[in-house]
Amino acid sequence: MSRTAHSTPIDAAPVLQVQGLKTHFFTDEGVVRAVDGISFSVAGGETLGIVGESGSGKSVAALSLVRLLDESCRIVAGEVRFQGRDVLAMTTEELRSLRGGGVAMVFQNPMTSLNPVLRIARQLVETMVVHQRYDVDAATVRSVNLLGRMGITAPGRAIRSYPHQFSGGMRQRVVIAMGMSNEPALLIADEPTTALDVTIQAQILELLRELNRDFATAIILISHDLGVIARVCARVVVMYAGEVVEEGPTEALLADPRHPYTWALINAVPRLDRHEPGARRLTTIGGTPPDPLNHPPGCRFAERCPFRIEQCARHPDLLDVGPGRKSRCWVAQAGGTLAGHRREASPAMAQSASTGFAQTHATLLARGERLLEVRGVTKHFPVPRQGFFEPHQVVHAVDGVDLDVAQGETVGIVGESGCGKSTLARLIARIHAPTAGSIVFAGQDISNASAATIRPLRRRMQMVFQDPYSSLNPRMTLGETLGEPLRFHGVTHGTAETAERIAEILELVGISPRAVRRYPHEFSGGQRQRISIARALAVRPDFIVADEPISALDVNIQAQIINLLVDLQERFGLTYLFIAHDLAVVRHISDRIVVLYLGKVMESAATDELFAAPLHPYTRHLISAVPIPDVAAERQRRNLPLTGEPPSAIEPPSGCRFRTRCPIAQPICTERDPALAVHHGRHEVACHFPGKFS
Amino acid sequence: MSVGYRALESAALGRPSKRRRWTRRYGLATLGGGIIAIWVLIAITAPLLSPYLPDTVDVVNRLEPPSWTHWLGTDALGRDVLTRLLYGSRISLTTGFVVVLVSAAFGTLVGGIAAFARGRIEEIIMRVTDLVLCFPPIILALAIAAALGIGTTNTIIAMLVVWWPKFSRLARGLVIVQRSQEYVEAAHVVGLNPSRILMRHVLPNAVGPLIVLVTLDIGNAIITFAGLSFLGLGVVPPTPEWGSMVAEGRELVDQWWVASFPGLAILSVVLGFNFLGDGIRDWLDPKSRRR
Repeated sequence: MSRTAHSTPIDAAPVLQVQGLKTHFFTDEGVVRAVDGISFSVAGGETLGIVGESGSGKSVAALSLVRLLDESCRIVAGEVRFQGRDVLAMTTEELRSLRGGGVAMVFQNPMTSLNPVLRIARQLVETMVVHQRYDVDAATVRSVNLLGRMGITAPGRAIRSYPHQFSGGMRQRVVIAMGMSNEPALLIADEPTTALDVTIQAQILELLRELNRDFATAIILISHDLGVIARVCARVVVMYAGEVVEEGPTEALLADPRHPYTWALINAVPRLDRHEPGARRLTTIGGTPPDPLNHPPGCRFAERCPFRIEQCARHPDLLDVGPGRKSRCWVAQAGGTLAGHRREASPAMAQSASTGFAQTHATLLARGERLLEVRGVTKHFPVPRQGFFEPHQVVHAVDGVDLDVAQGETVGIVGESGCGKSTLARLIARIHAPTAGSIVFAGQDISNASAATIRPLRRRMQMVFQDPYSSLNPRMTLGETLGEPLRFHGVTHGTAETAERIAEILELVGISPRAVRRYPHEFSGGQRQRISIARALAVRPDFIVADEPISALDVNIQAQIINLLVDLQERFGLTYLFIAHDLAVVRHISDRIVVLYLGKVMESAATDELFAAPLHPYTRHLISAVPIPDVAAERQRRNLPLTGEPPSAIEPPSGCRFRTRCPIAQPICTERDPALAVHHGRHEVACHFPGKFS
Repeated sequence: MSVGYRALESAALGRPSKRRRWTRRYGLATLGGGIIAIWVLIAITAPLLSPYLPDTVDVVNRLEPPSWTHWLGTDALGRDVLTRLLYGSRISLTTGFVVVLVSAAFGTLVGGIAAFARGRIEEIIMRVTDLVLCFPPIILALAIAAALGIGTTNTIIAMLVVWWPKFSRLARGLVIVQRSQEYVEAAHVVGLNPSRILMRHVLPNAVGPLIVLVTLDIGNAIITFAGLSFLGLGVVPPTPEWGSMVAEGRELVDQWWVASFPGLAILSVVLGFNFLGDGIRDWLDPKSRRR
């Protein structure tokens, strides 16, 4: 079965037509031109993707379509027609009937888009009754049917629940059910899966595809992830700095981008299906998007563009560059191609070959000295008791994990949220103390050592955190943040030496040393993450635990940070424990990968081996769930949908923890917990039937 | 999206000119600081400002309305209201300052330690806090003050005992929020000792709401102290003090000046501290300072 967007019968008449839409924010500093003249149309039953990085105006554009804008934000020009009717001229009453009736919206955060104090039934029924197409009884019956259609088990019972009783994926299904309840002609989904795990994301995307096929609902899917778009959408619009820079059929656009920005987006993400050994760096573009207060007069991408020519000083129009394809680029319009520049355009590639660091790192890796040895480490968090007579309960966050990390190695840890990967990182960094088990770092058992005993080792082990906005103290300047560990560990003495070392590290991570007096809020997310890395590096550690260091960043910034991590590793012989939920990224950076599920290791193997021949059914599902931004490649992949959601970590399933979702579970899986055993070489798996699932 | 809104928000605060920006940000704070400074000056120089003494009884001229001889009129015993107001600032300001600042410092530290230490220490500290909180503050302060004996110092001590728990409750909540921030975890990974993490990373980021409570509470403390004085604790009658002046004038509806002017004085101090507190909070926050 192919998993790519397939064509549904498309009505000739467009459902939605947008012409020259401009949405501006009026601020004291000036006019922020968030959406600056975009045009596109969506035919009945069509699937359109809108892609762009944060700040490109894609969400504001979506909100403008149904006029759900803030006070300070106004549509200043253009036309939006929904089924021929002018949306911008509608009265409040007409808009209300449009929003729930003709157009439905699904937002990113399923945790906040449902009212927490109302039962699901009430919210669903209300949506239908308000538009006067159903009475309460009919609406209730329909709600149950809809929830069932959205893949919610036992919908009759689910409908009487409150939103907090549902997981994120389930809530997103309810939100989509709400959207679909009035049979809209158009569903606008703004990053609907960004907050969800990859397996749940695959389920939701599949659901969107089915809705499009079965009800001929047109879909606008907004995402920063080209892989997500490729799975659902037949056509893509790429936005940059408030403009549409490219438009075209998904397959053609991904295979042969006609705008350098699209090209950069495609090449910045590591590919799950294509891994060139030795190519440790990704293609990135420099610079940042232009200030929306003051767009440059010429091409808005010119400053960052590797294909820039003289003509780019003039602003290009969005013109046809092929059948169904449009581009806002002088080079592409002149018939130039970007595909040929693939990979070669990366300056970092050439640099890596020329430095001797890579060799040094390889020798270090070859020695294989063990730096970290984790045995049976367990962490149980107590849960507040429900009532006075209720039993004490614990969350089995990490349950008997074994892990070895050799000097110079990068070990990736993957798993869905709640699998215990962040807790494991915090145990190793000894932010938490383990309930049981041992953690030996550099030959010293740190599992129950006192803070004073660990303190000297802290210099050797540092951590990089996920959220660039909360990982830096907002009240300390850059210099204070970096100076603190230096002075504390006595790495530097005196102000001058400290300042010198700070400048040195900042240089290393690509931040101007002049910025030492600035506060964290003055930096962008990517810069903050660089500072976070600088803080970890300041005391010259040899081991860094990175807990999802790139998952909060845009793809181009992600690629820059990955390259930085690789550079630093080769230069200083660093050892990484790299935690992420993005398999493509983990595959790209890691030498070895450990797959966690509900606090236990399911499988552990060298990266190439794990992806070539995964033995555990969970690993197979996980790999299959990752969308690839290549329609042709997607078509050839096998679809292994993983149903259901991870069970509760408070009462984990008996026997094998994965058995409740495992397609090949047998009675023995309920009775006995499979131990993590060597299958061959260093490939370990915890399954009664390794490799039997295909 | 959120980035866009943040930019918008910062933009909306605007920067038409440097001077206007400063006025908008710190104008009220300066006004507040000015009011407080004036009152402090008055407290110090009270004898020089008035020809009368605060406790000179003049029964012939009792309850006179404001006039050129008595700008703010006289009270039931014929004492000059303005003079008593000026002298009264000494005790009122002192009690307000001392009670709130000392209990805020103590409460914050105790609450911070509770939230940071967790486990048994937290349990003990918070139960003690709850124990104090569950008595009506005036009654508890009354009992303590009565046990210690009448007098300004004893009353202040009694108020301190009942005053700190609200700060420790608030501080604990704020510190718990901070504790789970990644920069606090990062400080742990660096190996800093807990006291340093608390003082350097946690408290500075938790201080905003505390400052607001402190500034709102100074007026509250002045009024409570007045209440205690009214009940016969605190200051001994002839001593001028704003709270007891209001209390004395409470039933004199026709002689509005007796209670109104000390009331206005309390209001001005409370407002002054509020403005000043807002300004300090903004100034401490690098985000709004650098804008």
